Amino acid sequence: MSETQTKDLPATEQQGERRLNMIEAINDALDVSMGRDDDVVVMGEDVGYFGGVFRCTAGLQDKYGKTRVFDTPINECGIIAVAVGMGAYGLRPVPEIQFADYIYPGLDQLISEAARLRYRSAGEYVAPMTVRSPFGGGIFGGQTHSQSPEAIFTHVSGLKTVIPATPYDAKGLLISCIEDNDPVIFFEPKRIYNGPFSGYYDKPVQPWKKFDASVVPEGYYKIPLGKARHVTEGDRLTVLAYGTMVHVVEAVCREKGVEADILDLRTLVPLDIEAIEASIERTGRCLIVHEATRTSGFGAELSALVTERCFYHLEAPVERVTGFDTPYPHSLEWAYFPGPIRIGEAIDKILKD
Amino acid sequence: MADRPQGSAAEGENRPTLSLHVPEPKFRPGDTVDFSHIDVPEAGSMARPDEACDPAEMRDLAYGLVRVLGDDDKAHGPWDPKLDADTLRAMLGHMAMTRAFDERMFRGQRQGKTSFYMKCTGEEATSVSASMALAGDDMVFPSYRQQGILIQRGYPLIEMINQIYSNKGDKLKGRQLPIMYSSREHSFFTISGNLATQTPQAVGWAMASAMKGDSRIAATWVGEGSTAEGDFHSACTFATVYNAPVILNVINNQWAISSFSGFAGAERTTFAARALGYGLAGLRVDGNDALACYAAERWAANRARANAGPTLIEFFTYRAEGHSTSDDPSGYRSAQERSEWPLGDPVMRLKNHLIALGEWDEERQEKMDLEAAEHVKKVTKEAEANGILGHGLHHPFRTMFEDVFEELPWHLREQADQAVHERKTKFPEGLPEA
Repeated sequence: MSETQTKDLPATEQQGERRLNMIEAINDALDVSMGRDDDVVVMGEDVGYFGGVFRCTAGLQDKYGKTRVFDTPINECGIIAVAVGMGAYGLRPVPEIQFADYIYPGLDQLISEAARLRYRSAGEYVAPMTVRSPFGGGIFGGQTHSQSPEAIFTHVSGLKTVIPATPYDAKGLLISCIEDNDPVIFFEPKRIYNGPFSGYYDKPVQPWKKFDASVVPEGYYKIPLGKARHVTEGDRLTVLAYGTMVHVVEAVCREKGVEADILDLRTLVPLDIEAIEASIERTGRCLIVHEATRTSGFGAELSALVTERCFYHLEAPVERVTGFDTPYPHSLEWAYFPGPIRIGEAIDKILKD
Repeated sequence: MADRPQGSAAEGENRPTLSLHVPEPKFRPGDTVDFSHIDVPEAGSMARPDEACDPAEMRDLAYGLVRVLGDDDKAHGPWDPKLDADTLRAMLGHMAMTRAFDERMFRGQRQGKTSFYMKCTGEEATSVSASMALAGDDMVFPSYRQQGILIQRGYPLIEMINQIYSNKGDKLKGRQLPIMYSSREHSFFTISGNLATQTPQAVGWAMASAMKGDSRIAATWVGEGSTAEGDFHSACTFATVYNAPVILNVINNQWAISSFSGFAGAERTTFAARALGYGLAGLRVDGNDALACYAAERWAANRARANAGPTLIEFFTYRAEGHSTSDDPSGYRSAQERSEWPLGDPVMRLKNHLIALGEWDEERQEKMDLEAAEHVKKVTKEAEANGILGHGLHHPFRTMFEDVFEELPWHLREQADQAVHERKTKFPEGLPEA
């Protein structure tokens, strides 16, 4: 990062540290992984020469060449399928699906093939791919550029689902995913690519460099899959969230003065059940927040797990705050988004008694 | 009547009435079969272009039919691969073994030893001969009727039978439907059971091989019915875009369970002609002519290995038996089709060719068939010592949870404990002996 880009950093900045937004952190993870392992290849629509519509793959083709970073036909089924074949050959493909909303043509190849190779061949063949895809709304993307389909993938045996919430995590988690020998869906919350989001769409966004979570070390580091992150520690209630909603719920708690134990789940499958249980045993109250639609959303699974495993510690019913069960609306997207009002009221309800 | 935009009814009054075409096969049960509409060109009449030629220069080959073995049982024309007698006898041997294996396994299913089986009767050349034209380490992505490849590549029959019986010798741990084999050692990809998914995967493998500067190519097999799947078109697109070293083999055996090839578009054009729109090399081949199958596959393999591009081959053949043990074709097609099929039987044709060459005779054929049957019978007995599906529960319950992921996460560990608990509750004295 150049001098001019870093000169406005707040006082917490340490000499020599590097602050990246989430796009740069993802790009860095790809760069580090490709530099370490010749078998890592990047492909997808517009990812090559152009560097991706969100710029996550910028500069990689220049550095690693066209046989390791290349554009693909607009054919998500084919993108996932050739990644399965490449994985079987021994490569570690990192295909990009340009928007999570476009992933559906590739579902059979993900669900019936990538997720099943190891099982059906008793380990003879595996599909170690990381499917990167920007997801979530809040960018006026309408119904086809805003969805959060993570629950579809958590329902499939054999797939891991990972969602980062900070630049530091995005890099460390993505490197772990690429090195993982199982297929991973890596959903990137595009609303927070450039800065964390408080939930107030009418307030200016603060860039990542103003936050310490944007300090991204050079080189190689990993964050293990299946480990949640403590965002804030508190005793009043436990909040389970991931992606964009981590920041929204953190802002709401701060504003309300509620000392919440906020867990950024980071990995939905495998889930860090120990961290969840430990937190709820302490707080006795649980709020689950996600942007995806409500019915059969991942919050339903979390709610069931908490009820099954922590029932005698609960002092109030588990609450879910989610998107509504409608397609993502264009002009009414902020009415759809589970923002500060919906979250604030749920917290009030949980803390009432 | 469906809703129309307001006012448009009046606007459309003078237009002709539309009608929907729903394909119908020529013959149904009981019908007299006449295949004279099928154009069968003379053996040797098709030109053999250079392997590196532009697909546009070989359009005729997507509509014609490459044939080598003539009615005189001799090899004709430029596609004659000129194989020596030992190779031809080996080819015949693999085909005979495949047929003997099918007979035994079909019977085993009928005897209740397993749940399911699929024969490839009449299509043996499309896997055996094609496989012989590839290198042993070329990667194959088969569909479910290519047991001939495994037999040709020397995969032990007992492994196949163990898999079919899902018994304790099954290295796939009883997880897969019978015949969904996998053998990495034989460069044979794990069979899916979902249709056509393997075709773009083969392209991806071939792309990887090219990316790495390897010399191995990939080949995939798919039925004509499944060419209707989007995956097949993904395969064609990626193959042509990246000039992948891959062969797309389409086995046109006329029937996809009860749906004739017309439901995949055969009333309008050939399956080899699919190649043309993609700029792939396209060959249409007599799939019951073992020499033509070998020659076409070798042509495509040479082309791929020389970085000259992918090939789509349609093998024109006939599914002589039912789709599977779960199917009864007498319910939807005329029984006469099999005997009237104008391209004959691939095993008989190759046998007759060897006899015409003076390299074979009926006695030796009879002996070979007998030995194949005896060998399969013997191996079947060995496999039965490992158990049959009907006896069930051959594998420890925990194996059900292994290989979902590389490592067992907590939720699967808990579920595995539950499964073991249920087993102990049901069988407190331990599992019953088969």
